Amino acid sequence: MAFWRLFARNRSAVMGMIILILIFLMAISAPLFFPADPFSLAGQSMSPPGENGFLLGSDSLGRDVAAGIAHGAKTSLLIGLLATLVAVFIGVIMGALAGYYGGIVDNLLMRTTEMFQTIPSFLFAILLVAIMKPSIESIVIAIAVVSWPAVARLVRGEFLSLRNREFVLACHTLGMGDVRIMLGEILPNCLSPIIVIGSLMVATAILIESGLAFLGLGDPNIMSWGFQIGAGRTLLRSAWWVCTFPGIAILLTVLAINLVGEGLNDALNPRLRDRS
Amino acid sequence: MTRLLDIKDLHVGLPAGGQRQYAVESANLHLDANEILCVVGESGSGKSLTARAIMGLLPKPHVHIAKGQVNFQGEDLAAASEARLRQIRGSEISMIFQEPMTALNPVMTIGGQIDEVFRFHEKMPGHERRSRALKLLQDVQLPDPEQALGAYPHQLSGGQRQRAMIAMALALDPKILIADEPTTALDVTTQAQVLRLIKQMQETHGTGVVFITHDFGVVADIADRVAVMQNGLVVETGPTEEVLRRPSHPYTQALMAAVPSLIPRAARPRAEEKVLRVNALTKTYRGGGGLFGGKVRVVHAAKEVTLDLTRGETLGIVGESGSGKSTVARCIVRLNDAEAGEILLGDTDLRPLGRAAMRPHRAKIQMVFQDPFASLNPRSKVGRIIAQGPEMYGASRSEAREKALELLRIVGLDGRAYDRFPHEFSGGQRQRIGIARALALEPEILVADEPVSALDVSIQAQILDLLDEIRDRMNLSMIFITHDLRVAAQVCDRIAVMQSGEMVEIGPTAELFANPQHPYTTELLAAVPGKGWFSADGKALTEAS
Repeated sequence: MAFWRLFARNRSAVMGMIILILIFLMAISAPLFFPADPFSLAGQSMSPPGENGFLLGSDSLGRDVAAGIAHGAKTSLLIGLLATLVAVFIGVIMGALAGYYGGIVDNLLMRTTEMFQTIPSFLFAILLVAIMKPSIESIVIAIAVVSWPAVARLVRGEFLSLRNREFVLACHTLGMGDVRIMLGEILPNCLSPIIVIGSLMVATAILIESGLAFLGLGDPNIMSWGFQIGAGRTLLRSAWWVCTFPGIAILLTVLAINLVGEGLNDALNPRLRDRS
Repeated sequence: MTRLLDIKDLHVGLPAGGQRQYAVESANLHLDANEILCVVGESGSGKSLTARAIMGLLPKPHVHIAKGQVNFQGEDLAAASEARLRQIRGSEISMIFQEPMTALNPVMTIGGQIDEVFRFHEKMPGHERRSRALKLLQDVQLPDPEQALGAYPHQLSGGQRQRAMIAMALALDPKILIADEPTTALDVTTQAQVLRLIKQMQETHGTGVVFITHDFGVVADIADRVAVMQNGLVVETGPTEEVLRRPSHPYTQALMAAVPSLIPRAARPRAEEKVLRVNALTKTYRGGGGLFGGKVRVVHAAKEVTLDLTRGETLGIVGESGSGKSTVARCIVRLNDAEAGEILLGDTDLRPLGRAAMRPHRAKIQMVFQDPFASLNPRSKVGRIIAQGPEMYGASRSEAREKALELLRIVGLDGRAYDRFPHEFSGGQRQRIGIARALALEPEILVADEPVSALDVSIQAQILDLLDEIRDRMNLSMIFITHDLRVAAQVCDRIAVMQSGEMVEIGPTAELFANPQHPYTTELLAAVPGKGWFSADGKALTEAS
């Protein structure tokens, strides 16, 4: 509870949290309000917002923009979370091994990490999805593959500084095994920065997913905000609503996650706690 | 005598919700020219904040002067503007800090930093600034002033850095020098030199010095007057002679009684059975070189160190930083790998054993660490920290719990500590937890690496008593690493003296103190601060009061 008090001191973080909860509710209630397939033709095409029974208008094929946004929310959140989990998992393992063992292990793992970092991440993601078939799994994998190096570097740094602390040395003198020292002793002490970087990574993952869908590299069977923008981009001057509303949805989500991430950083990082 | 500084009813306020409302409460102090005032106290007594309040260097806005005056030559600094304070700092009042490595800018040369002081406060041509800087470095007796001028802080030793700091502080011939524990981070021989230097500079310049310290030995060596602080209050002030000989406040008396005596305690009979024999242990560190070759730096941390330990005995290893005493300790508990020699525990040589082969022997040698704040995992409950050892060696959860609770009692802590986190305890209590953890595996040998050097004197005494008690109770043998000869005199049966990786002398404590064979031992003994005052038995020079 002390944690929530610290978190709640940051007003904008609480704002972000509220927005995020609303988006989450929208994602799980989408089938309730828009039971039809969001890809189905729902009526008159190119209807402006508020007309012909479309809250946010319809696109060139008569698909409901509001339904697309509601169903797209699930895609964005799901892919964002899954990709981040996978990236954090890989990153923590690589970083922990590199930081804990140092020497040759560190050299090998870090050079591998750097190899991944030399390729611009979005191009790399496009390449990966293009090689694999565009599907929700391939998108998650692609985003995770381009995101883990940042986690690995962070975790390695934490492990490097913690591994020579006296409490870790004390575990060595007790004869504790390496895996147990890494998981039980060191990892809990670097959870805070991992949580913070992970939360911010969800936002990046959502952006990458939207970008991929915009370029037509999304899963063709799943509605996504990026896909909606891509489909409406040629109509931007005649039907502004097709691109604008999904765009706002992305903006709000990413902003909300960033605010929450910032709030977590303030609450979990004791050194920043008292900055005023 | 001119009155330089007159502190009246000074209150330093702390943020609301802290331990107490004021860090410093109604402090009344004064300082005359050509005088050294020592402010003594334990951690948390408010001595450092008093010094910072004079300079206007409090971490505002949380900590601020709530009330009172700091009169500097008739001007109240507590009410002075930031601009005025900046003028005064450096030129009229200057300060030296405990850790010269962090107080100096690591990316500027010493010459550049002294030059800065001149440029900020006075107008003079470049060559004159340079010659004045050179003169200063000569005054503080740096071995090669020309070279020191162009050196970066990391290229100097700790003592040299502190000399450079002193040079910088005295650059503009300030009226007051505030020294906040300036010798605490230094070795004892270096400390003696720096103290002498400060005294000398103070006498030639007629400076008033406010000297903050926790060490009564240093007080005895350097102070003209003493102010003793406890929990933010100045409990006693007076001329050094008077305060040290006839301390009137019970706290001062307690503090002085806690200073360990240099007279070794009575010798105890030595057992025949040798539990540990270390033969020609050698450890070398290699640094530098790097990917493309280059010069490899070789440091001999331990050169053919040979010692043995009988059952129930405490062997002290003393030496200054870099002497290799910690390396020897870490090689014995196998945190470091020595490259040659033997570590015989009973009949087994531990040195060549791999990790798996070492495991069954781990429990027999346990370690107590120096820093009570770094040596406990902040995310683990105290109970887990102690109980995990026995559990790893096959005890059931409830057995381990019983054991941990019993150990908590033995080290003098409440059983409720079991479910609490380390940060809820003070330094001394944490050190007790560290000791309980080491004892949990029922070791035969306890290696204690500077176990009390991070603690206040009064707590030091308690921990030393505890170590003594458990050694007798569990029939432990102990290797006690320390840089403090007073502490060594009180706990060790025998002492080994180390200097740059070599063991120069080893012998029973009393003999070694009375009749040191090696010149380095003599030097170490001579450098112990406050020798003249406390040499007899800690209190003998204090008249009964």
